[in-house]
Amino acid sequence: MSGIFNSSVGRKFAMALSALFLMIFLVIHVSINFSSVISPELFNEMSHFMGTNPLVQGLMQPVLIFGVVFHFVMGFVLEAKNRASRKVSYAKNSASNNSSWVSRNMLLSGVVILAFLGLHFYDFWVHEMTVKYVEGDMSGLIDPNNADSGYRYYDELREKFVSHVRVIIYVVSFVLLSLHLLHGFNSSFQSVGANNKYIDSLKRVSKVYSIGVPALFIFIALYHHFTH
Amino acid sequence: MNLTLKIWRQKNADDKGKMVDYPISNISEDMSFLEMLDVLNQELIDKGEEPVAFDHDCREGICGSCSLYINGRAHGPDTLITACQLHMRSFKDGDTIYIEPWRATAFPVIKDLIVDRTSFDRIQQAGGFISVNTSGNTQDANAIPIEKQNADMAFDAATCIGCGACVAACKNSSAMLFVSAKVSQFALLPQGRVEATDRVLNMVKQMDDEGFGNCTNTGACEVECPKGISLENIARMNREYLAASFKG
Amino acid sequence: MSKLDSKIPKGPLAEKWTNHKNEINLVNPANKRLIDVIVVGTGLAGGSASATLAELGYNVKAFCFQDSPRRAHSIAAQGGINAAKNYQGDGDSTYRLFYDTVKGGDYRSREANVYRLAEVSTNIIDQCVAQGVPFAREYGGLLDNRSFGGVLVSRTFYAKGQTGQQLLLGAYAAMNRQIGRGKIKMYSRHEMLDVVIVDGKARGIIARNLVTGEIERHSAHAVVLGTGGYGNAFYLSTYAMGSNVTAAWKAHKRGAFFANPCYTQIHPTCIPVSGDHQSKLTLMSESLRNDGRIWVPKHKEDAIAIREGKLKPTDLAEEKRDYYLERRYPAFGNLVPRDVASRAAKERCDAGYGVNKTGEAVFLDFAAAIERYGKEQAHVKGLDENDTNLITKLGKEIIKNKYGNLFQMYEKIVDQNPYETPMMIYPAVHYTMGGLWVDYNLMTTVPGLYSIGEANFSDHGANRLGASALMQGLADGYFVLPYTIGDYLAHDIRTGPISTDLPEFDEAEKYVVDNINRLINNNGNKSVDHFHKRLGKIMWNKCGMSRNEKDLKEAIDEIAALREEFWKDVKVPGTDKEYNEELAKAARVADFLELGELFAKDALVREESAGGHFREEYQTAEGEAQRRKEFQFVSAWEYKGEPSEAILHKEDLQYENIEVKERSYK
Repeated sequence: MSGIFNSSVGRKFAMALSALFLMIFLVIHVSINFSSVISPELFNEMSHFMGTNPLVQGLMQPVLIFGVVFHFVMGFVLEAKNRASRKVSYAKNSASNNSSWVSRNMLLSGVVILAFLGLHFYDFWVHEMTVKYVEGDMSGLIDPNNADSGYRYYDELREKFVSHVRVIIYVVSFVLLSLHLLHGFNSSFQSVGANNKYIDSLKRVSKVYSIGVPALFIFIALYHHFTH
Repeated sequence: MNLTLKIWRQKNADDKGKMVDYPISNISEDMSFLEMLDVLNQELIDKGEEPVAFDHDCREGICGSCSLYINGRAHGPDTLITACQLHMRSFKDGDTIYIEPWRATAFPVIKDLIVDRTSFDRIQQAGGFISVNTSGNTQDANAIPIEKQNADMAFDAATCIGCGACVAACKNSSAMLFVSAKVSQFALLPQGRVEATDRVLNMVKQMDDEGFGNCTNTGACEVECPKGISLENIARMNREYLAASFKG
Repeated sequence: MSKLDSKIPKGPLAEKWTNHKNEINLVNPANKRLIDVIVVGTGLAGGSASATLAELGYNVKAFCFQDSPRRAHSIAAQGGINAAKNYQGDGDSTYRLFYDTVKGGDYRSREANVYRLAEVSTNIIDQCVAQGVPFAREYGGLLDNRSFGGVLVSRTFYAKGQTGQQLLLGAYAAMNRQIGRGKIKMYSRHEMLDVVIVDGKARGIIARNLVTGEIERHSAHAVVLGTGGYGNAFYLSTYAMGSNVTAAWKAHKRGAFFANPCYTQIHPTCIPVSGDHQSKLTLMSESLRNDGRIWVPKHKEDAIAIREGKLKPTDLAEEKRDYYLERRYPAFGNLVPRDVASRAAKERCDAGYGVNKTGEAVFLDFAAAIERYGKEQAHVKGLDENDTNLITKLGKEIIKNKYGNLFQMYEKIVDQNPYETPMMIYPAVHYTMGGLWVDYNLMTTVPGLYSIGEANFSDHGANRLGASALMQGLADGYFVLPYTIGDYLAHDIRTGPISTDLPEFDEAEKYVVDNINRLINNNGNKSVDHFHKRLGKIMWNKCGMSRNEKDLKEAIDEIAALREEFWKDVKVPGTDKEYNEELAKAARVADFLELGELFAKDALVREESAGGHFREEYQTAEGEAQRRKEFQFVSAWEYKGEPSEAILHKEDLQYENIEVKERSYK
């Protein structure tokens, strides 16, 4: 067991597991977001549930934050080790002949996604935390004193997608997420040592996921931007 | 044809080393790449300079000695061959060719283009064997039939020549393809299953101790491997390793 | 009268080895820990010997000049390994393998050794499978066999075209296990430069660390040489660039007799030389001759036109081609033995019918096979047998399945597509049957100095059969030497460690250092390769596929003169205290320049034709090899200063279990 977290194979295994966990989260996230396109009411209901349910808030949210932090900290640890394994670099290196740009630049795409997460946290999470736990407003209402004012989530969402700049940042980030996933999802099968029998269909699924999920996020953003 | 060679020169392990330009002319396209270097060395010797040191021995692509990073690629532009099998017809008149040693912390440079690959030997010593005495009293060779498919896959993994191109081409200098080839060969054969747990744990530990990087699954190793060793071996090794870790 | 005692055990042939093992001295396990053995070379013989000796409990020090023991040139062997397993039920037996090997060696090998080789051959396969060597298997999961030249049964085990690699990696793995246990101390990038004799016994070696240039002393109770053959005396060969005779030659200079140096195998199907820059030749498996037809143009003007590129070989009409093997040897045709095929190719090229730029190549043509297989396939599949395009396509598929990897290798080197135009091939030096003389225990004439594998002379006589070299290397290393060496070491259990401060070590080290200094300080004008290439030309032209008295005498004089010139004019750049490949090469070439002369002298003395040694004066009316009864002996040369002063000792060869017959392939 000891080798699991301090061996190269073990670290990659942990990296893959945290990635798979985050990918499950992404599916939930995108489904809730997509409900905003179908019906503002449904979106509001779901947002309110996620934002106030003690299980989600007390257990799943910390686990999720741990997963995110673990994934990028481990990413940096691995990167540091990898850099130490070649101290003198090549004068000429034609890496594009043997590997894809994405696979070689997971750190870059990862850092962009991390920066986006910062913005995203600032936009939604910090705001939510402030309203709910600092101001103590757990109602989720536009006007906490008026029970008929309706939930505030949908309006807040619409508000965020007004700015051109924010939408551009949003789109670029999700394109990079797609690239990150295109290599990372497949790669995780390799890291956990997936059996060859199912690998081809799994790879097809991973491709659909890696393009589909970020595309949906982008679609949602553009939908709200242009229908405003 | 006439060429400009940019070659890494380094007097010994302690020297800092640098790239040096060498123009070379009248190279026939029928020459092998190493024969072109022979011509250069002959000229250098005639001029009273030190010839370029590089590893080479069988010159038919099987011993795994040659280890040149040519124009940014392990064993040069062609695939499924070693540098000694590369011919000058892969280049054209006027080309500039970069020639560098394998770069990896675990492969320190000895001189010029020669690196020390004994880290590979130490990984094999950690478990790349089946513990059977050579008494001649083993059971008959046909006592255990082996499924042809597994025997063939074991063979394909066993064709690794230990040249280190996988490490050289990998952006992380990872030795996973090399190690997994040996782990796979034995994991696929009943004879090798007996010690499978210890083997994979010990070999991976030694690989990490030697300072090789992690596998990022870029697939560069598979593309540059002169023997076409498959990435599937790495998946198999990961599987073996994880199973072994949980077991022991 | 002879100084040579082959120590062949008494008794019936089939029981000699068993009886011998029962009678020789053993060393008890506790005492083995007190004994050191040096093994030089880590190929099939040296690697397997190191592993087994360490397993038995001896302290082994193993040396190789490569950067890893896994790179010894055994790794390049393609075809397979023979063993009398009789898995195919085709009537194979120990006796039949023994018989084929002695006959294949043209009745110039030692009966008792060959029988033992055949006897232990089956153990090798068992051992290798237990070690995880992935031999080719049938669908039923059992081991597959193929047949090889010169025999009537299917006894060759193989791992595609990389059998040598797989067997060597097996031995390397066995070594690694012992290195891990601390029973083998591995010295890679070390070259042995002398053997140290103390009180008449081999007690150590002087080695040079090729990275630092340091000269090191290593002592042991016995020294084993598994240092391979000396075919690189020809400069161009299928050997590795580093293969050399130095270890064996230094042993010879210290008293080990050198046996049959002139027995060289020249393999008929290699890729021809493309120009003066060539450094190395590549073998194409003999199996190609099953389907390829060998030819040259019938008329010289066509040969010239082809050479100049004015005529394509595929455009030359059938009646203008000379399928010379089919013409000369109608019974065996293209499948005559290696020595015969090689000589015939040389004869045609010497006569001016060669087909490449240098005039030294013949065609190996698959067009007929492609058509034959294509028609067969069309018939099986019920397609039109007169559609030429279809036939060619189907035929090429069959050829690709059988020889795809070889065709690809050829295309990479020559840049011609052998499916479209015939291959060009020419013979090349490939193996040396001669080597250090050893007795039945594999000990040389120096007590405590052993020689195994290609480095000794024992099992192949004047010609080696395909797939027998791997068998011999592993037999010697795994199953013969580890037993027989005990008989000698049993007397050493109370000797204690051998000191490296003895005057004999001083003397040997001084000799080595002086030699190196002489090379480094020579300040000549010509590179090592310059001399090596010239030696190679002399060897190839005058001691090659066919030899005669006049040429051999000239060769002796020319090599002696070249040696003198070498020592006057060789230029070795750099210093002795660093990695210096030119210095290592220079020391090796210096030894080749001595060996070459002895080689020619041996060929001159052997006034007969046998196996790989063909003397033009001794041939039948049809131009075939003529063996002579009075030369049924092993030539074992004793060093006495210059090669010209070497003294010939003869070991008479007795054939009690085989009738000595003529070979014919007509």
